[in-house]
Amino acid sequence: MPFTPPSIDDVLAGLTERFGSLDTSVSRGQTRVVVPADQSFDALAWLKERGFDLLVDVTCVDYLEYRDATHRYGLVYLLASTTTNQRLTVRVFVDDPDPTVRSVVPLWAGANWLEREVWDMFGIRFTGHPDLRRLMMPDEFTAHPLRKDYPLQGRGERHNFPVITREHS
Amino acid sequence: MSIAQATFDTAGPEAGARSEDYLWTLNFGPQHPATHTTLRLVLKLDGERVVDAMPEMGYLHSGFEKIGEHLTFNQYVTVTDRMNYISPMANNVAWHHAVETLLGIELTPRCTYIRTIIAELARLSDHLLSNGAVGLDTGAFTFFLYGFYQREVIYDIFETLCGARFTNSYTRVGGVSQDFTPLVIEKIRAFIRTFPKTLDDMERLLTRNRIFVDRTKGVGVLTKEEAISASATGPVARASGVTRDLRKDEPYLAYGDLDFQICCASAGDCYARYLVRMQEMRESLKIVKQALENLPAGDVNVSIDQRVSRPTKQQVYSTIEGTISHFELSMANRGFEVPHEESYAAIEAPNGELGFYVVGDGNETAYRARCRPPSVLHFALFPQLIRGHTLSDVVAVLGSLNIIAAELDR
Repeated sequence: MPFTPPSIDDVLAGLTERFGSLDTSVSRGQTRVVVPADQSFDALAWLKERGFDLLVDVTCVDYLEYRDATHRYGLVYLLASTTTNQRLTVRVFVDDPDPTVRSVVPLWAGANWLEREVWDMFGIRFTGHPDLRRLMMPDEFTAHPLRKDYPLQGRGERHNFPVITREHS
Repeated sequence: MSIAQATFDTAGPEAGARSEDYLWTLNFGPQHPATHTTLRLVLKLDGERVVDAMPEMGYLHSGFEKIGEHLTFNQYVTVTDRMNYISPMANNVAWHHAVETLLGIELTPRCTYIRTIIAELARLSDHLLSNGAVGLDTGAFTFFLYGFYQREVIYDIFETLCGARFTNSYTRVGGVSQDFTPLVIEKIRAFIRTFPKTLDDMERLLTRNRIFVDRTKGVGVLTKEEAISASATGPVARASGVTRDLRKDEPYLAYGDLDFQICCASAGDCYARYLVRMQEMRESLKIVKQALENLPAGDVNVSIDQRVSRPTKQQVYSTIEGTISHFELSMANRGFEVPHEESYAAIEAPNGELGFYVVGDGNETAYRARCRPPSVLHFALFPQLIRGHTLSDVVAVLGSLNIIAAELDR
């Protein structure tokens, strides 16, 4: 008998049964589900067991200037299945002053650098991350540049670099 | 990013000795001919054996995602060229594929075929360089030159097509900047005729070359489970037995109409990645050939009623619709209708799944333009692939992962 994968609706129904009523929507053929921040790890672990074994991407959107936005940061977990090729987007919303969410590195090794990048660019803390350092910006950098309140041309960090002369180098 | 504070995980094969005095640290990069791009590796060596490696990035970080929030959908394509600069056409296709998914634009059949052809030509030029670089780093210089000569031919095709050899910026929302001319088609046909012979020569040079096989076989082994857990995609994952290829799994553009195979291997070492890339070039050639023979006639851009792609000069000067459309697209407050929505769309780029997560907020600029770069996830794999191998294997592993620092850092 050929294997028929559970449909996305079945998966969402199971997720709702397990984690209570969740906000789901479909746009451009992509299914999205919003999970509360304190349950995000459990929900993602549950989804991983149900076949979404590939973490395609972890990213974030800063909704500071977005119309009708109720939360400041929206984390995006793009999941996919390597066997059934289904995709599912999991959204987790967090807010200032302490945007924190549990790290999914124990589930997917690939989340390590993706979460480091989100920390670097948005300043969202991932608790339980083994090595939460900045990925791209220098260590002494204090801001999180992809936040909407950070200006495009920076705050003068680059122009105020100390000049190294031949004597001091 | 400070190396001094970072603790090395010494649970590799050489673990056991408490005192690490005999280990020494080698700084590999950021400027080194064998890294090919600007990235840094801090290697912990026991003699010639690599005990651990700390990959580091950020040297080319130029804030592409921040720039994406300030340039319009058509302007940003010039920035995508500079991400993975050895296959810029694939990035152009990926970006506008994502934008069109957000805007809900249906392309013309001719445009899907043209984009398929150029994306596959980009794959050929990428694989020629990445395999060539593996050959170069393991001592096969001739092989690299064979590959680079053919890359020049592909550059010539792109130059004839859009005027730029390297940073093409070829696609536009709802279409492409230039239609295929008979000369372009003739050049691609000539390339399809001559390239298989070069490919045969290249395979004869390296595939069974004892030195090359010894240098790459069993080096940098990635298992299937590790590949999935680490979100590896593209040739790196397929060489480890992950049968995932978006061209088959989620057929976009014209791939659903074309006959081709997905190339996989199970060994997961550098040699398997080389073989997968070699075989993918043959499949790409098949795709280009079929797409070119079945290239549909008709318009290349979506119709001017949709008001997304610029009308031709002929339309602007001779029809009222063309004039209005041109005017509206040029005005800051009229452009296209962007929904308050967000969507993710990816293509199978030469390096893996290259996707863009685009958030629209009604403006012609993206509210957020996240690029899902395959190189980052592959570069994070590097320490586990190199542990226990020798210093000379570093370049073989690095080359076979095909890390492009500009895509890494964006």
